[in-house]
Amino acid sequence: MTLLEVQRRMAHSILQPLTRSDGIAPKTDAAFIKPNDRLTAVERLEIYSRSYWFRVLDSLYDDFPGLRMVLGQRAFHRLSRAYLAECPSRSFTLRNLGARLEDWLRRNPRFAGSRHALALDMVRLEWAHIEAFDNAAEKVLGPEDLLELGPRFRAALQPFIRLLALQYPVDDLRIQVNRASDERGAASNAALKQKHHDMTKRVSLSNREKIFLAVHRRNFMVYYRRIEAEEYRLLSALRDGQPIARAIRCAFEDSSASTEEQQSMLEKWFAVWAELGWLCPPARSKRERITQ
Amino acid sequence: MPANRFNAFTDYGIGVGLRIPHYGHIFEKKPVVDWFEIISENYMVDGGRPLATLDRILERYRVVQHGVSMYFGSAEPLNREHLRRLKTLVKRTKTPWLSDHLCWGSVDGAYSHDLLPMPYTFEAAKITARNIRDARDYLEVPIAVENVSSYAEFHISEMTEWEFLNEVVERADCGILLDVNNIYVSSRNHDFDPYEYLNSVPTERVAQIHIAGHSKFQKYILDTHDHPVIDPVWKMYDQAIRRIGPTATLLEWDDKIPSFDEVHAEARKAEKYLHAPDLVAL
Repeated sequence: MTLLEVQRRMAHSILQPLTRSDGIAPKTDAAFIKPNDRLTAVERLEIYSRSYWFRVLDSLYDDFPGLRMVLGQRAFHRLSRAYLAECPSRSFTLRNLGARLEDWLRRNPRFAGSRHALALDMVRLEWAHIEAFDNAAEKVLGPEDLLELGPRFRAALQPFIRLLALQYPVDDLRIQVNRASDERGAASNAALKQKHHDMTKRVSLSNREKIFLAVHRRNFMVYYRRIEAEEYRLLSALRDGQPIARAIRCAFEDSSASTEEQQSMLEKWFAVWAELGWLCPPARSKRERITQ
Repeated sequence: MPANRFNAFTDYGIGVGLRIPHYGHIFEKKPVVDWFEIISENYMVDGGRPLATLDRILERYRVVQHGVSMYFGSAEPLNREHLRRLKTLVKRTKTPWLSDHLCWGSVDGAYSHDLLPMPYTFEAAKITARNIRDARDYLEVPIAVENVSSYAEFHISEMTEWEFLNEVVERADCGILLDVNNIYVSSRNHDFDPYEYLNSVPTERVAQIHIAGHSKFQKYILDTHDHPVIDPVWKMYDQAIRRIGPTATLLEWDDKIPSFDEVHAEARKAEKYLHAPDLVAL
């Protein structure tokens, strides 16, 4: 048996889903493992299998607290096991474990039941949060980059900014989840249980409300900033590499805002983006990236 | 033998693993610490708080990189994206040497995020050594491989773990990060004499030593890094220092992490052995 064959057999055995009682599947292939006088070969593999599953389940649990709140703990656990069984980690870092969750949940709506749309919105927000936390920051667009302003001038969006069009105001819910988490330790279990119950109730009563969100970073903290539809379209066009003039046209294509209102909006947005450092020169080399 | 080509001829003392719960204490109190060991993967990101925090640490302290997912023992070639990110970090930290484990953890693109045990075969030694050499050539920094704790053995093994370690480091011409606690844990799980292992380690290749605590279960011992170092492991550490000479030593504490002062005090117990009056200089 070659090294590759051994590793494929062992990976197959330990990455297969655990039983309901968190044990390794009874018919696991363990013929390549030596038993000792205390543990069978399967029991020895079980140590690794349980360790693997607890590690990846814990990681997903930590990364998606809002989704846990939307679904409830048991449904979240069922979803996590199913997702990880179909989409094992493909990255050297656990940071990327949830990268395929949105796509997977779209294809597997039964794991979110009647809250599928809400759950999808929350997954999108929580993945955007992860990306906003540690994605690259480019040099902020400065006066020196504005010397050749014209209709073809392009500005790019900072790589750490994520733009979301959502059906539910999940930003509010996620902020509540964070606060509840911060209060843990300061409150009794009974108080936390009541808080969780209240929050879950509010979630179930959540009404659809289309929102546009920019998930961004400032002073190493992740923030959710609600933006207008036109601002969302303009930022999206800049992110996609459109020249500023064309991006502005895209933004107001279906807008009912008057010319004066459009000018006022643009003035306000560009001022805010400048203050937050959201724009950067396009297509800079990685060498020029800075740490924000 | 404190300084050798596998730790870039440095003479580091007692280090502590840099962990998030200790950031506040470190930045506020600025404790005197010989060096910090960082988990490379925690900082292999493009920006944000992790790198900013690391930069603040680098302003004041010496840092050595320790990886957990290079998987030198994987049958497949190393992940190039991983190497690229690692090299970016090496340039940032200027780590004098870099360590990762003598294990595997991914196959066909699926990652276990665990330190899986090697079958001790000549084929595996050859492949592992190739991967270590490839990493060293690309990263341009000395590499030390760490022996892992294990809970399973393979029928196809052709040698003992310590013979395998020697085979790999000779073929790769690399250093060793000798984890004394891991030898102890594996010796209990696989019923071998830990001193036979310890005494077979080529002293001239040891770049660094790890010590840690573990957890005992009914049928096996688990390397949990959530307890103080037990006396039998300190005894083995004493023996290791007597054979190798004073060597850069690091305490790992990764779960149920106590205060920084407690972790640092536990690490500094190593001083007793590093500065033992009857220690013969090598």
